[in-house]
Amino acid sequence: MISIQDLTLSFDSDRGRTIVLKDFHLDIADGEFIAVVGASGVGKSTLLRVIAGLVKPTSGTVTRDNPETPGRRPYALVFQDARLLPWRRVVKNVEFGLEGLGLDKQTRRRRALDALELVGLSDKADRWPHQLSGGQRQRVAIARALAVDPDLLMMDEPFGALDAITRQGLQDELVELWQRTGKTILFVTHDIDEAVYLADRVILLAGSPAGVRSTDQITAPRPRQRDDTTARHTANAIRGRLSGTVVDGEGI
Amino acid sequence: MARPRALRLSLSLLGVVLFFALWEALPRLGLVKSMLLPAPSGIPASFWQEVSSGAWGEAVLQSLRHYVSGLVLGSALGVALGVATGMSRTLEDMTNWIVRLLRPIPGLAWVPFAIIWFGVSPTAANFIIIVGVFWINYFSALSAVQAVDRDLIELANAFGHRSPLARLVKVILPASVQPIMAGLRTGLGQAWMAVVAAELFGVAGLGQRMMQASSLLATDIVVVYMITMAVLYGVVDAGFVALRDRLLAWKA
Repeated sequence: MISIQDLTLSFDSDRGRTIVLKDFHLDIADGEFIAVVGASGVGKSTLLRVIAGLVKPTSGTVTRDNPETPGRRPYALVFQDARLLPWRRVVKNVEFGLEGLGLDKQTRRRRALDALELVGLSDKADRWPHQLSGGQRQRVAIARALAVDPDLLMMDEPFGALDAITRQGLQDELVELWQRTGKTILFVTHDIDEAVYLADRVILLAGSPAGVRSTDQITAPRPRQRDDTTARHTANAIRGRLSGTVVDGEGI
Repeated sequence: MARPRALRLSLSLLGVVLFFALWEALPRLGLVKSMLLPAPSGIPASFWQEVSSGAWGEAVLQSLRHYVSGLVLGSALGVALGVATGMSRTLEDMTNWIVRLLRPIPGLAWVPFAIIWFGVSPTAANFIIIVGVFWINYFSALSAVQAVDRDLIELANAFGHRSPLARLVKVILPASVQPIMAGLRTGLGQAWMAVVAAELFGVAGLGQRMMQASSLLATDIVVVYMITMAVLYGVVDAGFVALRDRLLAWKA
């Protein structure tokens, strides 16, 4: 289990103190798929960065049950842009997070190839990133995150920049991947339908400073249908709550 | 509209032929005294004479020695300090004003001090070359490092490469190879000019030999050395471009 407790984040600037997140609390069970939704700029991405240790919280803690294990990294991130390193071939991009873990070359290569296999890109291992399509690049980014075998896989609007068809394909692949690997996933999106389709639990982040506005358990059985009625109802309910909080009706 | 390759090649050849024809015609037709402008047809004989006397080979070797040592040292210092300054705010703030003061001084303005400190010696030549090459590389490396995509730095952090050294090796250097290479290449030309300038002041080498010939009005020998400089520079530059294209293979 990963436990995020009383997380508060504020910035001091010339115009005084801005509180981004306030008393954010979330327990994530092993193997759970959680989606965080909210208007753009509400602090969803920041939340991921705090958990990943990229941003230091003003107060609060993130704790894991699992001890630090050699050869793994506790957290891995997938960004909205694939963020591949253009000077590395695909397989070397996937090895990126494995370097510095004290693994030998063969182990790194094997784990990178395994991860590429998971996302169905084994045959692209020796390509350069610029030779791949947008969807393929994002799959490489997912492989790079999976390769470090994280306790928590965090994804920051990973399909937001893709066209609708590619996006739906990758959503289904992600669910399949999640079921196969048993990974714990924290998925940030502003697309409520996407959140409801993918996740076990949908957290609505809203307000200023942002906090958990609501939590919905998605009980629709898997494999899910995109037009599942209960899921639709939940999505609409979340939308309603969200528009209640957004003054100018922006975003969703 | 692309011209056919053959046409472009023949036009280039035509240009060269016309150039030499005009050059040959001017002294032949008595339009210019051949002492002021030696005809190209006489150059091979003068070249052979210089080579067989051993003067040419010695001058080339001396110049190359100044060139290579000054270039390597100046480039290495420039790139290293530029990268370091680009990575450290403290260093940047500390050097800010010094750089602003020293930068506009042309490399050749250091000739008086070079001669006072080191005499008319290879060391003086080296010094002038180092100064000339240093700034180019310092600024290209500094701006290259500062221009590295912040997202890539965040990526490095997210995947555990957080020490300055890891960041440098994994992201900053590879991401700035291209502009640094461009600076190095500009330095190749700059250093060559500095070599000739230093030697014109009497340090042994091509430039000195050229000045000797000029004071004897042996303009054909002057031309021999001018062409030698052009060819040597061309060879060095072509070699560098080949090396660069190898390093930047991922761009293709």
